[in-house]
Amino acid sequence: MKISLDAVSKAFDGFRAVNDVSLEVGSGRLVALLGPSGSGKTTILRMVAGLEFPTTGIIRFGEEDATNIPIAKRGVGFVFQHYALFPHMSVADNIAFGMEARKPKRSRDAIGARVAELLRLVQLDGLADRYPSQISGGQRQRVALARALAVEPRVLLLDEPFGALDAAVRRDLRRWLREIHDELGITTLFVTHDQEEALDLADEVVILKDGRIVQSGTPEQVTRQPASAFVMDFLGDTNRFAATVSGGRASLGALQLDAAGVPDGAGTVYARPRDLAWSGLSSRTGVPATVLRVLDRPDSRRIVAQTAAGEPVELDAAADAPVAAGDVGIIELRRWRVFADNPA
Amino acid sequence: MSRRVLPGLPLTLGLTLLYVAVIIALPLAALVFKAASLGPADYWRIVSSTRAVASYRVTVLSALGATAFNLVFGLMLAFVLTRYRFPGRRILDAVVDLPFALPTAVAGIALTTLFASNGWFGAPLAALGVKVAYTPLGITVAMIFTSLPFVVRTVQPVLEDLDPALEEAALSLGVGEWRIFTRVLLPLLTPALLAGVSLAFARSLGEFGAIIFIAGNQPLSTEITALLAFIRLEEYDYPATAAIASVMLFAAFVMLAVTGILQGRALRYMERS
Repeated sequence: MKISLDAVSKAFDGFRAVNDVSLEVGSGRLVALLGPSGSGKTTILRMVAGLEFPTTGIIRFGEEDATNIPIAKRGVGFVFQHYALFPHMSVADNIAFGMEARKPKRSRDAIGARVAELLRLVQLDGLADRYPSQISGGQRQRVALARALAVEPRVLLLDEPFGALDAAVRRDLRRWLREIHDELGITTLFVTHDQEEALDLADEVVILKDGRIVQSGTPEQVTRQPASAFVMDFLGDTNRFAATVSGGRASLGALQLDAAGVPDGAGTVYARPRDLAWSGLSSRTGVPATVLRVLDRPDSRRIVAQTAAGEPVELDAAADAPVAAGDVGIIELRRWRVFADNPA
Repeated sequence: MSRRVLPGLPLTLGLTLLYVAVIIALPLAALVFKAASLGPADYWRIVSSTRAVASYRVTVLSALGATAFNLVFGLMLAFVLTRYRFPGRRILDAVVDLPFALPTAVAGIALTTLFASNGWFGAPLAALGVKVAYTPLGITVAMIFTSLPFVVRTVQPVLEDLDPALEEAALSLGVGEWRIFTRVLLPLLTPALLAGVSLAFARSLGEFGAIIFIAGNQPLSTEITALLAFIRLEEYDYPATAAIASVMLFAAFVMLAVTGILQGRALRYMERS
């Protein structure tokens, strides 16, 4: 089921949480709404669910105008950040709860069989009789997903589904959610503030800021061609170098970098730690810098340095790179993006 | 003894035990002791006398009626206070505590004035053939008045802490509002409701000041147990007073035990494996 939002806005007491958002989630796609807190991502999700109603704009499920359909009739599965399992019901009763209220009424056996099937799907066979307080956070979120899927929703909506879990569990569940999505083919929209989660999991990432979409595209598009400094910054560690742009070239001290399409004037060169390389003093061209500290990580060394202009820089080097605090050298730029400081 | 990090245990525990012994345990022990001085035959004669039994009946039945009313109305009031935002909500919230703050005799006099056959409520009710003042119904009204805050104040914080996502989750599953209330909200509120209801019931059983003005205090029909004990006291019949009081004490213990068991059952799901 395709979901489309057409010029949707939402105001709370005069504050515009969502501002003129148009968005299309293709049938069977897995799409992430990514943004910092206060960017309106959860509000958008709740409007799609029917937990909030847009101030203006239209939400369609397929060709049907769903804007004013109440949540109970909308046919959405919703998974909450803090699970929202019914604490006084067993795992099986939680999953069965929505089915029991469905019409036409199903027999107890049919519901029981479906519960068992869902428990298998979320790999929780054997926990049917436990209460939510007796299982782990990751297991709770699986139960919440099974409960949402039990009523055969047209779309699946997840609000920061892994936000309350620790890093290892989060990575596992991420992969597992992707598998379930591919198996069921259900249109899925999820909200996260974790860029890694969005990039790992989604077919398409929609990046939001202050209630507006700033960029949307595949993980490859948004990471390789960030549309703005905000997107560049938000998607991962970034170094910034003040520069002057003139005629499609950015001057960074003596260094000249390609900045095609960037208007003349003050600009900033953005580069990821992996896209910088350290070389000892030599004839290389780059930004002169002094190493302040070296942080050793399992697969690389992170060099924390300061440029001659006094800007902090962080870059990654091979795990066996011979670098130490106090070294003076050149930072080469292999890949970078230039954005004007005051975009028109 | 193992080392402790938090200081002050011997002093505070000592004071607490002393307090409990002197203020609570000792008077109760004296009461039981006094009642026991009667001997079984006399004791039984006093506590099972027609007048005493009639007083138990009117007290318990009125208290049950008042508690049932407050169970529904107190829950509703707590719901309105926590769920909705409307002008005057804070005033309403403050008014709920009034029966706590008001001297019960004042409440009793006010209620009697209102419900007397020429009062604001009493006159129209009398026209309908309903008599409140000087009947068991009046006793119930007084009990409702004084015990309402117990239900509201025990349920309110639990309702406030209830995650709204629970109801949203149920709605998203297509569950109807009534079913959400009976299957999700009510079970989660049950422990708090039981606590509130048992406090309200206990208060109603022991209520004195508000009731004696409105009850009419006719032996065998509108005389409550607390008043009967008071009358025996005024007659300097201390053992009989103690005997009647011991029945009330026993009733209070039974009720506490029953509430504890019911609460334990309602909270079964909280146990961790």
